[in-house]
Amino acid sequence: MRSVLISLALPIVLTFGAASAEAAEDAGHIKVSNGIVQIERSGQRLPAPVGGVVQQGDLVITGADGSVGITFRDNSLLSVGPDSVLSIDRFVFDSTTHQGAFESSLKQGTLAVVSGKLAKHSQEAMKVKTPAAILGVRGTEFLVRTGPSKD
Amino acid sequence: MFAPARRKTDVSSALTRNLLRLAPLGLLVLAGCAGRDDLYVLLPGKGKTGALTVTSGGERRILDQPYAAARVPRTGSVNGRVTTEAEVRRAFGPALAAQPGRPVSFYLYFLADTDEFTLESKQVVTHIFAEIARRPAPEIVIIGHTDRVGSVQYNDALSRKRAERVREELLKLGIPKVRMSVAGRGEREPEISTADQVPEPRNRRVEISVR
Repeated sequence: MRSVLISLALPIVLTFGAASAEAAEDAGHIKVSNGIVQIERSGQRLPAPVGGVVQQGDLVITGADGSVGITFRDNSLLSVGPDSVLSIDRFVFDSTTHQGAFESSLKQGTLAVVSGKLAKHSQEAMKVKTPAAILGVRGTEFLVRTGPSKD
Repeated sequence: MFAPARRKTDVSSALTRNLLRLAPLGLLVLAGCAGRDDLYVLLPGKGKTGALTVTSGGERRILDQPYAAARVPRTGSVNGRVTTEAEVRRAFGPALAAQPGRPVSFYLYFLADTDEFTLESKQVVTHIFAEIARRPAPEIVIIGHTDRVGSVQYNDALSRKRAERVREELLKLGIPKVRMSVAGRGEREPEISTADQVPEPRNRRVEISVR
C-alpha cells in the first residue's frame, strides 16, 4: 500500500518541481566561474557552473578562491570576488520598453558592476545595497566592497 | 574633513576640486584601512562616466568623476575621496577579472519589401558565428527595430515579427534555439532620429546581440 502511495506521489512531486522551475524567469546567466561558487535557491545550495542560470531571489556565494561573472537579461554585468555573498533581490526587465527594476545586495565581499539597459532607461531602476549604504546608479561602471573581506 | 567644501556656492565642482587635491591623503587612508570599511568606486565607463549616488543613513554623496570613491566607516557617514587604477586593481582584482565579456551587436538590414537580407548582411552572419564561437555559454538576443511609420503598437508587433523571422534564419544556419531569444523594440531605438510617420530604411533593422 505504501509503495503504491509513493509511486502515485512521485510524479506529482516531479510535475510540481518542473512547474515552479519554469515559473521563475531567468534573470541572468553565469559566464565566468572560478574556484568555489554556489547559488543558494529556496534553501538549497547548488553548483554555479558556466552556463548556469541566476534567478530573482538567489544568493550568489563565493569561497576564498572563488569568483563569478554573470550577464543579466538587460546586459548588466555583475562579477563577484572571493569570500562574497550577493543577493539578487529583484530583477524585472521588459525587453520592449526597457522598464523594470534590478535590486541586489552585497552582504559581504567585492562586486564589480557594469550597468545595463535598465539603468540606462531610468535612474531609479538599478540599486545596489550594502549593510551600510544604498547605491543609486546612473548608466555607469562601479565597484563595491563591504563587510569582512580578505582582499 | 570635507566640511569647508560644502559652504562654497558651487558645491559639486568645489567638492570635486577639493577631492582631487586631497587624493594623496585619501590613498593613505585607504592603505591604512584596507579590508575594513565599505568602499565604493566609480570607474571611467566606455564612452562616458555616469554617476553613483551613495546614501548611508541621512548622508548622501554623488560620485561623478572617474575613480571618485566613497568610504563608509559607519552607517550615516560617507567620506569622499579619489582612488587610482592601481589601488582599484589591488582591492578588486578578482572581481574585475571575472567580468563577463561585453555584449556585441550586429545589424541586419532588409531589402525593401522582402524578407531578403542585403548582401552586406549576409557577410555579417559570418562575423556573428565567429563571435558566438569565442564566448563561454553564448546567448544570442535578436532585437527587431522599425521606423516611425505606423502606430507604436503596430511597430512593436512588426519589430517582433522581424526578429522572429531572423531567428528562423539563424535556426536554419545551425544556431540552437535554446541559445536564442527575441525582443521587439518597435520604434523606440532608431539609428536615425526622425519625426513620426517618416519612412527610414536604416531604422528597419534587426539587431543581433551576442553575449
